[in-house]
Amino acid sequence: MTEPILQTVGLSIRFGGVEAVRGVNLCLAERELRCLIGPNGAGKSTLFKLLTGQLQPTAGRILFHGEDITGDHTHAIARRGIGIKTQVPNLFDSLTVRDHLWLAARRTNSRPRADAITDEIIERVGLGAIAGGMVGRLSHGLRQWVELGTVLAGNPELILLDEPAAGMTHDEVARTAELVREINRTHALIVVEHDMQFVRMIARTVTVMHQGAVLVEDTMDQILKNSAVRDIYLGKHGGA
Amino acid sequence: MKLRRVSPGIVATAAVMVAVGLGVPLVVDQFQLLQLTVFASMCILALSLGVVWGYGGILCFGQSAFFGLGAYTYAVTAVNLAESTLAILLSIVVPAVFAALLGYFMFYGRLSDVYLGVITLSVTLIFFNLMNSTAGDAYRIGTARLNGFNGMPSLPTFNVPGNPGRLLDPTETFYLVMALLLSVYVGLHALLASHFGRVVVAVRENETRCELLGYDVRLHKLLVFTLGGAIAGLAGSLFANWGAFVSPNVFSLSTTSQIIIWVIVGGLGTLVGPIIGCVLMQYLATELGTQQLANTSLMFGIIFLAFVLLVPRGIVPSLGVVRARLSAVRARPPA
Repeated sequence: MTEPILQTVGLSIRFGGVEAVRGVNLCLAERELRCLIGPNGAGKSTLFKLLTGQLQPTAGRILFHGEDITGDHTHAIARRGIGIKTQVPNLFDSLTVRDHLWLAARRTNSRPRADAITDEIIERVGLGAIAGGMVGRLSHGLRQWVELGTVLAGNPELILLDEPAAGMTHDEVARTAELVREINRTHALIVVEHDMQFVRMIARTVTVMHQGAVLVEDTMDQILKNSAVRDIYLGKHGGA
Repeated sequence: MKLRRVSPGIVATAAVMVAVGLGVPLVVDQFQLLQLTVFASMCILALSLGVVWGYGGILCFGQSAFFGLGAYTYAVTAVNLAESTLAILLSIVVPAVFAALLGYFMFYGRLSDVYLGVITLSVTLIFFNLMNSTAGDAYRIGTARLNGFNGMPSLPTFNVPGNPGRLLDPTETFYLVMALLLSVYVGLHALLASHFGRVVVAVRENETRCELLGYDVRLHKLLVFTLGGAIAGLAGSLFANWGAFVSPNVFSLSTTSQIIIWVIVGGLGTLVGPIIGCVLMQYLATELGTQQLANTSLMFGIIFLAFVLLVPRGIVPSLGVVRARLSAVRARPPA
């Protein structure tokens, strides 16, 4: 068995009396696509913040390619090759779409190479019509794609997507799912999503979180049949 | 994207500077030339805050700390060496090193915007009080007496490098100051068009995203803050040379607030804006100084308030908005 790209060991964070993430053991293989679901407040976004160093865990460790990155600075973790599209897109509002992609690509590439990558990503994500426009004026759905494109331009090995389909129309969701599958050919991904249709389009292995802990980890089909999962989503007797 | 095209605005501004630099000494008298020399020196100071605040997004209320440090460094070194070349260089290096140290604690300590403003303002006022209390024979650096609130008079002025006997005359000094202003202006634009400069602007826009892309936000802020300190220090040496005099007033509240007013009036987030704001406000200060009707500080306060309330983006960005609206109106098909 090859070494996992990402592994967390007993990862926990406590805010006062609330343990937002409790002893999470996650193991992600190279080029794996993992969906992470769970009701609001399950700790999914908090887990992402821990993985990217935006929050420091109160217990546990994070291993990237077997190396301990727990406690590293956010930018240092990003440099190792973890990219994230955050739940609420973090963008440079007064800069253009093109600027975003270029800045992401330029960190590790020469100027001409960064220019080329920028053009390539604009093509790939379908941002051509808005490439020269200021990002602050775009709709939420478009901002999602701009951020996704920005992450791709940085070409990190592991990509975390926090609700990539939120605020999108049905067609846009389908397009995003296609894009995620395409990215997955070369990159490992963890995708947090509420939209079950979207999850069904892309999912192989699904991890379900509940109240900060991993409830179950299985294939999509098994998850859909799982009564415990139904219970947390619909309430104890909601499905009956 | 090829090499980024140089915007016509930058070329026009640089051309105006060259024209003023070469043309003005031919048409004005010596008094006016001296006036314009100090205006141009202050424009360099305005640019230093223009880049730190307008592009770096760093709220620095104490830019005068670096300006004053540059002025005093020049004064002390020039008095001791009786030669200005090293003094000018040190007047850039010393404030830059000080800015780097101060910035290290602020940015690596993750202080937020408001605290940056408070700390930088306090720092310049500490310098102000410190220099005010250096009266007496005990306070001397080498042969240079600091003289407390009376300041240091009769400073050696700029000489031709390596030739202390050959001082620059007012016209030559004006050429030098204009050349420095042009270099700082063009240099800053070149820097802002570079990878580093674009990251600095990105940091202003969204620190989290920069970090998530792998850029060290603290380092970028520290570097742009240090650069601002160096440029302000250069302006300080030009100012000390201009009057052959320096006093603790370079650190005062009115000095530091003036720099902020120049940038606000001219326009945050541009480089030509602070220059325009600086020239306008200094011209106004000179004119107001010639009459007794209204107090200059009071007038500055009123102008500052008026701009914050009515033209919060400053002259240059607002002109851009007006132009965009006009062209939108013209483009609209007649009803």
